[in-house]
Amino acid sequence: MKGWKDLEIGAITKAGSADEYNTGSWRAFRPQWIEENCIQCLFCWIYCPDSAVTVKDGKRGEFDYLHCKGCGICARECPGKKGKKAIVMVEEGK
Amino acid sequence: MSTTPLRLKELSKKDELLTGGHRLCAGCGAPIAVRQVLLAAEMPVIASNATGCLEVSTTIYPYSAWKIPWIHTAFENAAATISGVEAMYRSLKKQGKIKERIKFIAFGGDGGTYDIGFQSLSGAMERGHDIVYICYDNGAYMNTGIQRSSATPLGANTTTSPAGSVIPGKVQPRKNLTKIMAAHGIPYVAQTTPAHWRDLMTKVRKALDVDGPAFINVLASCNRGWRTPTDTTIADTKMAVETCFWPLYEYENGRLTINYKPKEKKPVTEFLKTQGRFKHLFSPENEGILERAQELVDREWEALLREESLYKSEEEKA
Amino acid sequence: MGKKLAVTGNQAVAEAMRQINPDVCAAYPITPSTEVMQRFASFVADGKVDTELVTVESEHSAMSACIGAAAAGGRVMTATSSQGLALMWEMLHIASGMRFPIVMPLVNRALSAPINIHGDHSDGMGSRDCGWIQLFSENGQEAYDNLIQAIRIAEHDDVRLPAMVCMDGFIISHSIESMEYLPDDVVRNFIGEFRPKNPLLDIENPVTYGPLVLPDFFMEFKRQQHEAMLNVKDVVLDVAREFEKISGRGYGLFEAYRLDDAELALVILNSAAGTAKDVIDEYREKGIKVGLLKPRLFRPFPYKEVAEALSSARVIGVLDRADSLGGFGPMYMEISSAMTTNGAKPLMINKIYGLGGRDFMPEHVVQVIDELKEIAETGNIRLQKDFLGVRE
Repeated sequence: MKGWKDLEIGAITKAGSADEYNTGSWRAFRPQWIEENCIQCLFCWIYCPDSAVTVKDGKRGEFDYLHCKGCGICARECPGKKGKKAIVMVEEGK
Repeated sequence: MSTTPLRLKELSKKDELLTGGHRLCAGCGAPIAVRQVLLAAEMPVIASNATGCLEVSTTIYPYSAWKIPWIHTAFENAAATISGVEAMYRSLKKQGKIKERIKFIAFGGDGGTYDIGFQSLSGAMERGHDIVYICYDNGAYMNTGIQRSSATPLGANTTTSPAGSVIPGKVQPRKNLTKIMAAHGIPYVAQTTPAHWRDLMTKVRKALDVDGPAFINVLASCNRGWRTPTDTTIADTKMAVETCFWPLYEYENGRLTINYKPKEKKPVTEFLKTQGRFKHLFSPENEGILERAQELVDREWEALLREESLYKSEEEKA
Repeated sequence: MGKKLAVTGNQAVAEAMRQINPDVCAAYPITPSTEVMQRFASFVADGKVDTELVTVESEHSAMSACIGAAAAGGRVMTATSSQGLALMWEMLHIASGMRFPIVMPLVNRALSAPINIHGDHSDGMGSRDCGWIQLFSENGQEAYDNLIQAIRIAEHDDVRLPAMVCMDGFIISHSIESMEYLPDDVVRNFIGEFRPKNPLLDIENPVTYGPLVLPDFFMEFKRQQHEAMLNVKDVVLDVAREFEKISGRGYGLFEAYRLDDAELALVILNSAAGTAKDVIDEYREKGIKVGLLKPRLFRPFPYKEVAEALSSARVIGVLDRADSLGGFGPMYMEISSAMTTNGAKPLMINKIYGLGGRDFMPEHVVQVIDELKEIAETGNIRLQKDFLGVRE
């Protein structure tokens, strides 16, 4: 860790550096994406508190498990397809 | 410059300006609101943030989740701090030292906005700075451990308004800050929630487009304080709107528009019953508090409807 | 050279601010400093400065807006007194901790209660530990000169700390005296362009200001602030040397008046030092070796230099226009620290004077010098700390 002579004065921080920080270890349950049930509504993305749903060219990709805390909002808000959820929560380690 | 349409597919192509890796609780409503605010902005923004959960958890040194220029100084002064930033912008722009169009946002929780920061907020709005103040109202001082604020609803069990054997939770109804801000006569005031993302983002855009001060009150649930599961954040917030506990409305240059009227207004108990902070109200001896809570909601909702109809009938006459 | 005028202390300070032409001022009126911002508001209204004046709703918001403006990246000033400074207190620490070179005239006034609008140093001394550079001024000329120098000191790369320039409320702020203003261009060249450091308005290089710093880093930032404070002394002297070239007026860390061979010494801040000088002259004529030390830089305190300047003194009377109730006056504590840290053991007494604007008269100086003389002769101190001019 840096000493006082090497730290930028005034305790300023690099913008966006929290991206490197792992909050994925907080998870008790992990969201699992089931692509065939996904209608690409992106509700999971807009309602995620942790910016942990990756979207590329308007289509969702895998979860960002470094940041996902497993709150389950995405699974609950997922409308799914024909009554089948595209996101389900599974217990970590199982 | 073309404006990004308010469709999730298009919005998802924009840069994410609040990173993951912040230390807010799982399921917190505040970062959902912040992400939506920043996604709505179509110009560079600089933010100040009052002390509170959002500020603390997003900037634990040496980490910061903010990709925009951001400043926190203290609890009661997010509005005064951003006033200073905006004043420097105007000064340097006037002197030709800066060219870009930049907008300024202050974020504060209900503690930093309704209570300790109320004076600073009122002053900044009255002075007419070109700023947008966004309150994320979760109805108590959550950062210090769920103490009551003036935004805490009637009857809520908090650590400083505990549901005791003599006093059943918070005795006072909540303060209607949105209306107080409307009374400042500023160009734009609105109330919304992150569960209604399109409504929120539309309002943020209107607020940013205004030349002058704007205020948006955002209901943002707190699982710890509301005593709800982590995954019901959006569902609980939607219910606040369906019961008209938290109506979606806006004042544009003083004119009220109600943005959403539920087809069937649900009883407020539908909002209260899923939250542990109101559990005690469902005991038979507290029936009167539930009745009063419903009266409060009805009174506010009916007043809004009456007010809106006044504007409408005036417009019809004209 | 500049022009000679008869003006009040507040006028002089407002004039310095006009010449400095800060980018932003945020202020709230309070007696006796109100006139400073009032006059400055006229400069703004008449387009004589580029400043954006933010007329906030409290001093807390004044300092908050100053901090926001400083973070945005520009030169920032405000002015206050007494309760206003007390209301700012929280933000004073934040301004220094965030390392913003905000400069503020402080027109010294007593703190309530009882409420009192007149001059003493309880406001300035109460903010002693807030991490601000503190310069004290005997008269309007010094306040004007100090304010201009404070810009250079605060903004110096080795410093980057806020600075307050103190002068006595009413006694100086509202009294007309003859003084000299420098020409505008001379002042502007002297202070130079503001050099922003990590400005918020640089949207291409976003930074986060004011994060939560936990025990793993907190002390490192405090150590940095201490280092910056240690750098202040040299910067003050360098800036003073340059200032002398443009003004002909020399400044140091303090003023030593007839102190070289003094066996008896007084230590007094600000306007009361002027009163004391006249009395010292009278005693010197009688062959009594008495001198005066008038501190200019109070934070950081130049312990070593002060001790050296007082090294010939056998008895020292430290006069405080503020009290740490239940302790010694704040200046006494510093002088005592300076002397003992440097191995000197003079006899010392502390006199509290002039609280709430109580007149400080030549006879008070006479009383103290006579007491110092008696202590020198007998070696006995009757009362270590006492009040001057208070009714029984």
